[in-house]
Amino acid sequence: MTPSPYLRLSGIRKEFGSFVALNGIHLDIAKGEFVCFLGPSGCGKTTLLRIVAGLEVQTAGRIELAGRDISRLPPAERDYGIVFQSYALFPNLTIADNVAYGLVNRKLPRAQAKARVTELLALVGLPGTEGKYPAQLSGGQQQRIALARALATSPGLLLLDEPLSALDAIVRVKLRQEIRSLQRKLGVTTIMVTHDQEEAFAVADRIVVMNQGTIEQVGSAFEVYRDPATLFVADFVGRINALPAVREADGLRVGTQLFQCDAATLNGHDPGRELRIYLRPEDVLARPIVAGDPNVFEAQIDKIEFMGPYCLVRVTSEQLGSHKLTVYLSLNYLAEAQLEVGSRLPLRLMPERMRVFG
Amino acid sequence: MNTAALALATATRQRVHWTERLAHGALALVALVLLVFLAGPLLAILQKAIEDNDGHFVGLANFIAYAQTPALLDSLWNSIWVSTLVTLITLPTAFGFAYALTRSRMRFKSLARTITLVPLLAPSLLSAISLIYWFGNQGALKDWMVALGIEQIYGAPGIVLAETFSTFPHALMILITALSAADARLYEAADALGTTARRKFFTITLPGAKYGLISAALVTFTLVITDFGIPKVIGGNFNVLATDVFKLVIGQQDFPKGAVVALLLLAPAVLTFAVDHWVSRKQTAMLTARAVPYRPKRAPAFDALMSLYCVAVCALILAMLGMALFASFASFWPYNLTPSLRHYTMGLVDAEVDVAFFNSLSMATGTAIGGTLLVFVGAYLLEKTQRARPLRSAVRLLAMLPMAVPGLVLGLGYIFFFNAPGNPLGGLYHTLTLLTVCTIVHFYTTGHLTAVTALKALDPEFEAVSASLKVPFYKTFWRVTLPICTPALVDIARYFFINAMTTISAVVFLYAPETKVASIAILNLDEAGEIGAAAAMAVLIAAANTVATLLFMALGWWVDRRTQAWKA
Repeated sequence: MTPSPYLRLSGIRKEFGSFVALNGIHLDIAKGEFVCFLGPSGCGKTTLLRIVAGLEVQTAGRIELAGRDISRLPPAERDYGIVFQSYALFPNLTIADNVAYGLVNRKLPRAQAKARVTELLALVGLPGTEGKYPAQLSGGQQQRIALARALATSPGLLLLDEPLSALDAIVRVKLRQEIRSLQRKLGVTTIMVTHDQEEAFAVADRIVVMNQGTIEQVGSAFEVYRDPATLFVADFVGRINALPAVREADGLRVGTQLFQCDAATLNGHDPGRELRIYLRPEDVLARPIVAGDPNVFEAQIDKIEFMGPYCLVRVTSEQLGSHKLTVYLSLNYLAEAQLEVGSRLPLRLMPERMRVFG
Repeated sequence: MNTAALALATATRQRVHWTERLAHGALALVALVLLVFLAGPLLAILQKAIEDNDGHFVGLANFIAYAQTPALLDSLWNSIWVSTLVTLITLPTAFGFAYALTRSRMRFKSLARTITLVPLLAPSLLSAISLIYWFGNQGALKDWMVALGIEQIYGAPGIVLAETFSTFPHALMILITALSAADARLYEAADALGTTARRKFFTITLPGAKYGLISAALVTFTLVITDFGIPKVIGGNFNVLATDVFKLVIGQQDFPKGAVVALLLLAPAVLTFAVDHWVSRKQTAMLTARAVPYRPKRAPAFDALMSLYCVAVCALILAMLGMALFASFASFWPYNLTPSLRHYTMGLVDAEVDVAFFNSLSMATGTAIGGTLLVFVGAYLLEKTQRARPLRSAVRLLAMLPMAVPGLVLGLGYIFFFNAPGNPLGGLYHTLTLLTVCTIVHFYTTGHLTAVTALKALDPEFEAVSASLKVPFYKTFWRVTLPICTPALVDIARYFFINAMTTISAVVFLYAPETKVASIAILNLDEAGEIGAAAAMAVLIAAANTVATLLFMALGWWVDRRTQAWKA
């Protein structure tokens, strides 16, 4: 028997008037897990988080936290800490008073509360800031204080609503690593809402990809990237090439080129059917090319976009019926092979990496 | 269809936490206060308008009778053309002044602005009293006026002039706000395209201030058409709607017709309110967060012209204020102008207005404290607590309604409602308490909007964070919301105080001899021919308000130091 999940959402539905914001949400989260809700804006990820927090009320569905049905409990009777994009620190209270805000209410003795504040500030890497006011700290520091405040009462669940979106890029990368290691250290079950896939990849044990109020896929970063369950996930996560293809007896035909791929990829698609091949740019290789490989075709460079260590190269190929394809080529290779716009080069598709959708 | 209905019927409802019940109870209490002291009186007017004097239902008979009384129709026409004329004079004058303050580099801007705001500290009829001293039968400049072809100041000329002065600061404030909201980038783009100053004015400035102009015009029109004090003092035999209401109700005890006229007064105010509401929504959308504030460039000739204009306007305002001040100290106008305190001692004491002055002070204090408390708690419960939707919309509507109700109409409603036989609150009638409550309700909306603006500036997630930390909302209110909002609270209290000191229209129906207030005393003194004492009383009110303003400024400064230390 698998251990019962720490948080279980079943059949969550949310309507705003006639608009269905969430539908058929089923999700189990294990104790100590770090889960990210990832999706484009308006997909319902924040609404779902707010429903878990009790800040929005689901139209239907059940929420269980640590085996307790909390579906109808007001926020104050659930057990979680929350951090918002806006930090929501009380500006007129000192950092110490902010962090101790929830402790004071628990009738914790003053000395004990003070010790806890010191401990938490050390934990988030800002010891000695007790007497300052939030406005005296930077955005990243304020968000750490918000984190300390949320963790002060040792809640069973930590909810993070786009906590890094208001910060600039360097602080964002640094803080997300700190949040991750803090979460590991404390073992607190955590849900983070984000629209930034790189952020989700970096911190999450599992990613919940959402779109238009439903869950598209739940899986590790690797699974979601390598093995997208739906067209939407393939498109939304990472960069993708989409090629129209026709299923032939022994492979897939794009334009005049017949690509050979294994039976598993073709399974379930009738011959003659029009399909779409999804392929990531890194799965189109410029080397090594073996003569006679059926998956090699000739391409011409249309455009080179410099990205630093590698370039994003847009190519076309008569063989593929002049569909555009994006590939990554390293800067070194481009220089070595003396490639520029207009150059021709052989490329090879990795058939085992193809995802085929009907 | 059926399943959808079923799903709706069984939609999950969150259990209501006891703190939330508390919030809903408090909100219901605010709603109750507004129902009894706002909705009740207004409904009483509606009821009176369709009943005869004995309380029998007569349908629209009162309206028909009104339409068949030529004298009353004359008043309607008088009200309309006078209000229109005042609007046409005030609007360009105030626009010019606002333009000078926002778009030129003239000096002493804040002094100019302060001078224009001083009239707000005195009852609006101060300007009428001053005009009598300037142009009345024994006026200092009466000959000049006659030379211009105006026979006497009493009547339409006096009303138009006095109203222009009293509405000027109101229009000016709106237009300054409208003209301040300019995006410098638009002007830079126009400059880059080589646009002439004239074209910039007509294609950028004027369209940008469009909504401010509409709003200022409507506010001016409504202020004039609903004003009672000025036509009473300087109107002579020239009747307008506001004076009609008073004559019909107090003079002839003709409540049904009074109610009909009150409803007529309500119409432009409601229209103004509706349009203003629409305009303010448009206005906020115009200036985006990324706009760059406009900074006027130095232009010596233009700046000099604007300075000259502002000096002229300020001189006229000071002439108005100064004349009342001077006359209140004159021994015996116009024969003996040596300064004396005669009007302040004999005149005021004889008429027992010392009582009125202290009544005013206690009413204003009560309004400031009670009003601020009610308004802020009401606004907080509306903005920062959850659920109880129908109750919430009701309170929101009731909070906005006073803006659309002229004071005269509200006061009349209070008579009808609280003087009605069988009303258990009838005992309040004629008490200073009722005068105070009426004034709070009369000026509720502006206070409410100030409070809402202050509350909206707070992070909307404070309450969510508190709930997650299991801290009840009232603790967060006390520890966070209230301290952050104290500057706004001081503003609201000052607004209530000053308006309670100067208000006439709402309370003119409600006082008894022992609860007479200072602003009403001015009217009575003027009626008794004691115009010197009337001027003295008006000056006393203005002086009290000036002192109050300074005290509020000191309080604001102290509060800022005590509660706003956290501002970086």
